Amino acid sequence: MYKIEKLIENLQLEIVSKNIDITDMNMSGVYIGDLLSWVMGNIKPGDAWITIQTHVNIVAVAALGDASCIIIPENAEIDESTIQKSEEQDIPIFRSNLTAYELACKISRLVDKK
Amino acid sequence: MTVIKLVYEVEKQDFVKAGQASSDIKKKLKQLGVPSETTRKVAISTYEAEMNIVIHSQGGYIEVNIEEQAISIKAKDRGPGIKNIELAMQEGYTTATDKVRELGFGAGMGLPNIKSCSDEFKIKSVLGKYTELDVQIYF
Repeated sequence: MYKIEKLIENLQLEIVSKNIDITDMNMSGVYIGDLLSWVMGNIKPGDAWITIQTHVNIVAVAALGDASCIIIPENAEIDESTIQKSEEQDIPIFRSNLTAYELACKISRLVDKK
Repeated sequence: MTVIKLVYEVEKQDFVKAGQASSDIKKKLKQLGVPSETTRKVAISTYEAEMNIVIHSQGGYIEVNIEEQAISIKAKDRGPGIKNIELAMQEGYTTATDKVRELGFGAGMGLPNIKSCSDEFKIKSVLGKYTELDVQIYF
């Protein structure tokens, strides 16, 4: 388990869903994928999910798959309805200018160092 | 014996509301203290069934019955039905439009995902009329 607050700090992630209290939130691993059904069937509870999809349905997929958070790479634009939904469902969304691969490498180093 | 019954209407092509029924079902199962692995299987199955109704059908409903030994899920739509069920059950086979696939849907994994989550899986379809899915997930 790795604290999400630390993840944001170390990766300098932009907090997109601002109305969520992330103080006690943790992540365990990382899952990368953009095909929603594939993600649903394979993501593990607690994973941080990195996806380039930004429409509102990603929140349902994250919530149903028990993802800890969603990270949008490469500063992709995010629909307003997605942000709203994420706050309703308590699934935080973060954004980064890094690619999915760079994010995963950095997270791996952080989690292993712990 | 059915202990609790949940029924949700699902609208065709409504991608904004899509996922609401399955999210609500999951929330209710959590509140009832259903084991997390069972909840996860039900959540995946109902989500895929819900998305199938949204993407491919004229609308329909999802019914979940929480019984003593199992959770049963019934998803029924108002057509147009599936031409070739054997093909539809193959991983990766899809009839989704490019637009829908751009959104990350239509991976051709919906029905196979439901089947792999379920202990009993039945699908019936009549062209021009309906598709009906009956799934049992044991505790």
